[in-house]
Parts: sequence; structure tokens; C-alpha cells
Amino acid sequence: MRFSWPSPRHLFLAPLALIMAAPLIWMAITSIETPDQARQFPPVLIPHGIDWHNYTRAVDSAPFGAWYMNSIIVSLVVVVSNLVLCSLAAYAFARVRFFGSNVLFIALLATLMVPFQVILIPTFLIVRHMGLIDNVAALIFPNLVNAFGIFMLRQFFRTLPIELEEAARIDGCSRVGVLTKIVLPLSVPALSTLALIMLLWTWNDFLWPLVAINTEKHMTLQVGLSTFQGQHQTQWTVLMAGNVLALLPLVVAFLLTQRSFVRSIAASGVKG
Amino acid sequence: MATVEFQGVTKRFGDVVAVDDLSLRIGDGEFMVLVGPSGCGKTTALRMVAGLEQPSAGDILIGDRVVNADSPGRRDIAMVFQNYALYPHMTVERNIGFGLRQRKMPRSEVQARVREVSALLGLEELLRRKPAQLSGGQRQRVAMGRALARHPQAFLLDEPLSNLDAKLRTQLRAELKKIHQMLPTTSIYVTHDQVEAMTLGDRIAVMSQGRIQQLGPPQEVYDRPTNLFVAGFIGNPPMNLLPAAARSGVLTSGDLQMPSPNSAEGEVILGVRPERLAAAGDADPRPGFDVTVDVVEPLGSEIMVHGSRVDSAPGDAAAEITARLAVGAMPAPGERLRLAFDAETAHVFDAATGAALRSS
Repeated sequence: MRFSWPSPRHLFLAPLALIMAAPLIWMAITSIETPDQARQFPPVLIPHGIDWHNYTRAVDSAPFGAWYMNSIIVSLVVVVSNLVLCSLAAYAFARVRFFGSNVLFIALLATLMVPFQVILIPTFLIVRHMGLIDNVAALIFPNLVNAFGIFMLRQFFRTLPIELEEAARIDGCSRVGVLTKIVLPLSVPALSTLALIMLLWTWNDFLWPLVAINTEKHMTLQVGLSTFQGQHQTQWTVLMAGNVLALLPLVVAFLLTQRSFVRSIAASGVKG
Repeated sequence: MATVEFQGVTKRFGDVVAVDDLSLRIGDGEFMVLVGPSGCGKTTALRMVAGLEQPSAGDILIGDRVVNADSPGRRDIAMVFQNYALYPHMTVERNIGFGLRQRKMPRSEVQARVREVSALLGLEELLRRKPAQLSGGQRQRVAMGRALARHPQAFLLDEPLSNLDAKLRTQLRAELKKIHQMLPTTSIYVTHDQVEAMTLGDRIAVMSQGRIQQLGPPQEVYDRPTNLFVAGFIGNPPMNLLPAAARSGVLTSGDLQMPSPNSAEGEVILGVRPERLAAAGDADPRPGFDVTVDVVEPLGSEIMVHGSRVDSAPGDAAAEITARLAVGAMPAPGERLRLAFDAETAHVFDAATGAALRSS
């Protein structure tokens, strides 16, 4: 990458970036401090030594591996199923003319307006009826497909020139063939954005796993980490070490997809 | 190869009738051009052959088989789109071979076909490139190659040259004609450009408002337009159309009087092609107009003269005459000029219906 001199907008952006990064930096610092240093005020910004013990303590003091595994399984399945099911539904809404498609699409959009808290209890009742409470499947099943993902992909699919799909149909592709051979390969930016958004949502989801899971070893990372916060005292250094570990996969995923992520955010927003 | 036939085909989009009871048979190996202004239904007709639109009524036949219910892929036709519609994520090689691979053709055969058409179209150097790395003319050739490689029953071409600059268009027009002479596959070519229609078509169908106005070989359509629409559409610059009256064998338009070429009586429209007009002296016995020259456009090989008739009110649109004159004395704007024509080259149309009135 070429170096370029700061422009006036960097005067605005650089402090903003610092504000955004501050909690993360603090989290990382606290995770390698001793409990004494973490309690000092003003906070110790440069620790005297690195105390890796917080990490070993975080991993040992709880079924951390099981939480990690649960989070990975739930996130992976949810991301993959959303990519598959949302693109199928989105393509139908984007290109297939069928009776009631507009009404159905508006109804789908309307569900986006309903906050999760409103459907929390009905969702719980349904999942309990299916006998999935306190099971990792309870975290996967309600999130297999998502109205936002359908909406986002439909909007993207509609921007692709329809002649490409017509040419493919004349070349002998079925509808599904058009989707898999032409539309999806051209939608990689939108698909990776959706994957990243779904990963963020699922990985960081707290409320639903808190309600649906009771047993410690079935918890996801976010719920599990919250057990580090006791009623009377909180092990901040261990909690922060756990948080750093919980954040790592997201950082890696973002670094892998950020190119197309940023591009598609830029493309879906206002140009200029 | 196969014939393509429309049998009483109508296509409605809501209340709009895009194609109105179209019946047309395109022979095996024939190059048919559908020509007309925007919205005349020519592209809709083509898309119905491709299976991208369903007819509201009537049948479409390819090789004497009704294909109304067949998906586009099963009709064994190939289409070249106006914007080429090359798959952006595939190389030229994969673009050309895509339709063959879809039909489960063995790999070696696909490669052989790709080599064959890329040699024909001069694409060998470009096979590894993606469409974004090609110029407009190269993309057009790849789109042609993708269609040719399939060896389809029929080619459908939807304004394939209209996104190119004038020079490239002329060059590729000639290449298209050459390819069709080498591989005479049934072709339907849609265009609004009457030069493409005239130069490429074995027959042309001039369309307006969803109906065929005239069908025939290009020269016949040019020489004997069946109505005012065709007369005004085919030919560049368009035919001069002037209000006239026919009374007992004499045709009168302003100061012009000439023997009527047919037995029509009453209000008619006199049509004279600009290239049939010639500068003439006052002693010339042929019929003609006296005009005041407004604009002169020297084109090198000929001169285009726009003038207004002296015998009618200034600003009257029906009094404007365009003439295509041989190079010689250059008229000056404001000059008075007599433009004469041979009476037998004139066309006469019924003023009320627009239909051509032929000499009986």
C-alpha cells in the first residue's frame, strides 16, 4: 500500500477511530494485567509485565472449550443455512413471477419491524414444544433463515443485468442452474457481507441463548462469559481474557471478508 | 437448421398490445430482419421465439414443432443480446463453451468447437481474458462466438450492433453478412436501423404498432412501399411526402401538375425519393418543384439539399423538400432551384388510409 499524506478529513476520522478502538484496547490491556493493576485508578495503561495467567484461568475455570465449540457450531450452521436459504428465497422474490409475490415480500419486510423481545416468548413456546430447550439446536433452528438476508440479497440480485440470466436460460440452464452458475458467482460481495453480518449476530447473540439454554455446558461463549460476572465481585482480568478469545474469530472473519464487505456497504449506500 | 414460424401471435402487456396477430414464416437458412421504430413489437416478437416471453395468443413453431410450452433451453436457439450479456466471471473460452457444457457435450468436443469459432472470429488471442478486459467490438465478437458454437436451429439477434461506434458497426455488419453466407443458419435480426435491414436481410419485415406493415426483399420494400409508414421509414433521407389532389387523370400539388400514374381520384399524397430528384433547367419537360435552397450539406460523393417550395406558404412543413444531388454545381442557400423527377418514379398514397395506390 502506498503512503499518502493525511487529508483534512483524517483530522476528523483519526480521533473517531481512536474512540471506537478504546474499549478494545482497554479490554486487551486488562486481559494481561494482574487483578491489582486492573483495580487501580487512574487505570494502568501500560502494564508492568504481561500476565498470561488470565487466559489459562479463563480456559480452565469453566467449560470454555464447550462454549467455544457451541458458538462455532451454531454460528457456522446459521451462516451456511442463511446463505443457502436466503439466496433461494431472494432469487424467487427478485426474478420469479408468482401469484402473491409482492404481498408475501411486504409481509416478510414487516417482520423486520418487530423487535425480537416481542417474539421472544412465542419463540420460546414453539421451541419448547419441539423439545429443543436447553439444546444447541434451539439456538440454530429459529435462525436458519432471516428476513433481512432475503431482503438484502433480493435487492442485490435485482441489480444484476437480467440479460445474463436470459442468456444462461437460452444456453440451457434451469432456474436453479442460473442461480448457482451465474447469479451467485456474481454476488460474492453481497454473500460475504451477509455471511459476516450473520456471523456477528449469531456469535454475539446473548438474549436468546440466555433464555433457551440452562445447562452450563450447552451455553455459547457470550452467555458463558457472563457467568464470570458474579453478584458480589467480578473477575475483570479473567473476563477480559475470555472476551479477547471470544473476539478473535470475528476479527479473523472480518479481515478475510473486509474487502468485499466494505465494497458492498459502499455500493449499497449513497455513491459519491 | 429449421424454419421459424409465427401463427397469429399476439402479445399483450396489460392493456398494451405489443404484438398484434403476427403471422410470419421464416424459411430454413433465411436471414429475416424485423425493422421498425422503438416500441413496434419487434423485440417482443424475437423474445417470444427465444421463450423469454409467452405469447398471449397464437403459436410459435420452430422446425414445424409448436414450442410455446418449451423452456428457452429446450428450443435449441441462440441469441445475441444488445448489451452482449457475456458472463463477467468467466473467461472468453468459458463464455463460448458455456452452452455446450450445459448440454453435457464431452470436453474435447467443447474445446474443438471453441477453437473453431474463435478461429472464425479472430478470438484466439483473447480466450483467457474476461469480458471486462475486452473492447466493445471484441465483446460483440465473443457474443457472436457463443451463439455460433452452439450450432443452433436458429440465431436470434437483438440489435447486436447498436452499442458500437459507426465505423465498427459498418465493419461488423459486413462480417455478419459474411458469416451468414458461410453458415447459412436461419436468423432473425431485430434492428431499428434501416441500413442494417437493407444490407443484411434476405427479406425484411417493417413493423409498426405490433403489426407487419410490409414484408419482402429489401429492394422491393424500397421500390414499392405499401403505405406511408414504410415509405417514410425505409430510405435515408426519408421520402418527400406532399399533399396532392388527383382529378380526371391529373395530379396537382401546388404549381406541380403531372399525369396521374393511376386512376385514383381525390386527396392523395405524392411521394418522391430525394435521390430521384435532380437539378433541372426551366426547359426540362419533366415534373418538378421550384424550391428556395435552405441548407446545403456536401457529403463528398453527393450533395444533400434541403429547400422549401416556392409555391406554398413559408413555414409549411409539407412544403419542405430534400434532394440528394450528384456532385456538380453547388447551390447556395437562398438560391432558387428547380428539382425535377421522372413521373414513373413517383409514389402515390391514399391520403385517408395511407395505402399505396398502384398504377393499374
